[in-house]
Amino acid sequence: MLRSILNRLLGMIVVMALVVTIVFVIVRVTPGDPAAVMLGPDASAADIAALRTKLGLDGSIVEQFGRYVLDLIKGDLGQSIFLGEPVTSALAQRAEPTFFLTVFSLIIATLIALPVGILSAYTRGSIFDQAATTVAMFAASVPSFWLGLLLIQFFAVRLGWFDTSGYGGPGASFADRLAHLVLPALALGLVSSALITRFTRAAMLDVLNDDYVRTARSKGMSEWRVVLKHAFKNALIPILTVIGLTAALLVSGAVVTETVFGLPGVGSLVVSAVLRRDYPVIQGALLVIAGLYVLVNFVIDMLYLAVDPRVRY
Amino acid sequence: MAAISNPQLAEPAMLSRLMGRPTAAVGVLILIIIALAAILAPVIAPYAPTKLSIASRLHPPSFAHLFGTDDLGRDVFTRMLYAARTSLSVGFAVVIFASIIGIVLGLASGFFRKLDAPVSRLIDAMMAFPDILLAIALVAALGATAFNVVVALGIVYAPRLARVVRASTLVIRELPYVEAARALGVPTPTILVRHVLRNVTSPLLVQGTFIFANAILAEAGLSFLGVGISPDIPTWGTMISVGRQYMDQAGWIMMFPGAAIVITVLALQLVGDGLRDLLDPRLAKDI
Repeated sequence: MLRSILNRLLGMIVVMALVVTIVFVIVRVTPGDPAAVMLGPDASAADIAALRTKLGLDGSIVEQFGRYVLDLIKGDLGQSIFLGEPVTSALAQRAEPTFFLTVFSLIIATLIALPVGILSAYTRGSIFDQAATTVAMFAASVPSFWLGLLLIQFFAVRLGWFDTSGYGGPGASFADRLAHLVLPALALGLVSSALITRFTRAAMLDVLNDDYVRTARSKGMSEWRVVLKHAFKNALIPILTVIGLTAALLVSGAVVTETVFGLPGVGSLVVSAVLRRDYPVIQGALLVIAGLYVLVNFVIDMLYLAVDPRVRY
Repeated sequence: MAAISNPQLAEPAMLSRLMGRPTAAVGVLILIIIALAAILAPVIAPYAPTKLSIASRLHPPSFAHLFGTDDLGRDVFTRMLYAARTSLSVGFAVVIFASIIGIVLGLASGFFRKLDAPVSRLIDAMMAFPDILLAIALVAALGATAFNVVVALGIVYAPRLARVVRASTLVIRELPYVEAARALGVPTPTILVRHVLRNVTSPLLVQGTFIFANAILAEAGLSFLGVGISPDIPTWGTMISVGRQYMDQAGWIMMFPGAAIVITVLALQLVGDGLRDLLDPRLAKDI
């Protein structure tokens, strides 16, 4: 057990180091001088040199990398060029909507997907199963930003139930802020439920014919308990995997959905940073999000260890 | 296993077997229609894609303008046909580009034991970035052109293909015919191309179809955000982006391109599912 944890921990550190390196490389593959590009054609050589220093682009590549890693270890992601504040605080301020959007979407997706997937597998080949499978495939084909626009048009513009965009202004209460997340979370959650539904169905189909399910039935156990307690519990690992995977996909979806709904989250921060070529912000956001992904994956792997005693790394 | 170990036999018959599955057949049919519409756009389109007409701006769908007109009086149906060309060719180019990187990485890590750990960790690290986010960052670094969108999305999706190729290669590497080829002194590059690569085409094809679908969605997302292909070039994503501003008065500008994305992606998924069922050795016995 301890060895498994240490093995995974080591693997995680290696992947983390690679993530840090990839981000370093991405910002430096920009053709030409990023500082010159950011300041435009009228900038003086001195201004460009000053910005290069600020961006950490002066000195040799090795020096740059060394400085970048040292700063990272100190928790310093650099200064945003346009916001005039450290990238860490810019990200921290924008974290709330993104965090709740991701969590709510995941809850919506799971609440739809688990019952539908289980019932679909249980009634394999039935009209319900076929309809559910078709709807799931359809949902997976819808661009979340387009669905978001449709939801805004119907629920916000036509019915007036929600604001069309934003996060409720500066002094908005927590409840008010959450109300602004209903439509975006619905757009993302509906689209993401498809993947979880399909995996839940497949995982349940795999276990429903297993011997222990037959044994449980022959003991006279109620169907309800057979399916939920014996079958579902054993299908949990692939389902957990796909829920973890969906969480990562949701962050991607959040980038676009936040822009559609005008939510001041990390996603819209990155998009505006790209449009303004604010490299430190792009770099910082990539690092934090990919880092979180690696961490979440590590936690999921640890959950496997807890859920299934057969798992060893 | 027939489909895996004998691709020469499986390939010619594959399309007809695929067409034997109703849902996959519908997918293939839809894709053919959309591809034809894209290729024949200059012939089918009733107007020029850039023909402005302020007098007929924001006209609802009618016989003159099947899908209505946009904010500049351009025919939405015409622009959708031209947009299909960009969206489909970008999606296809992404699959090709991602396949090339994916095959190289996958063969390297699957066939050469020493390369497996480093390449696999690199793949893990690349998969840590959410796809749209990594694509945005790469396009921001490289510059927003259609070519760079293809490069960025190709890099984003390559690790998935690499994993598929690696998994198959690990199995194939141990098969007797590879050992026999090695014993006969066949050079490693030849073994890789002739014996390994030929036999990973099936899983590659399945995964490639799904990546095609994802690439179309991702390209639309990038174009919608304004960080992808230039808004002057009609793609389904840029059309939705423009239509968004006129959602109240002229919903059709964004409705039709969105529907086109849904239908295309759905068709690709149907085909991908059909191919997987056909080629998955676990299901091979009931074909």
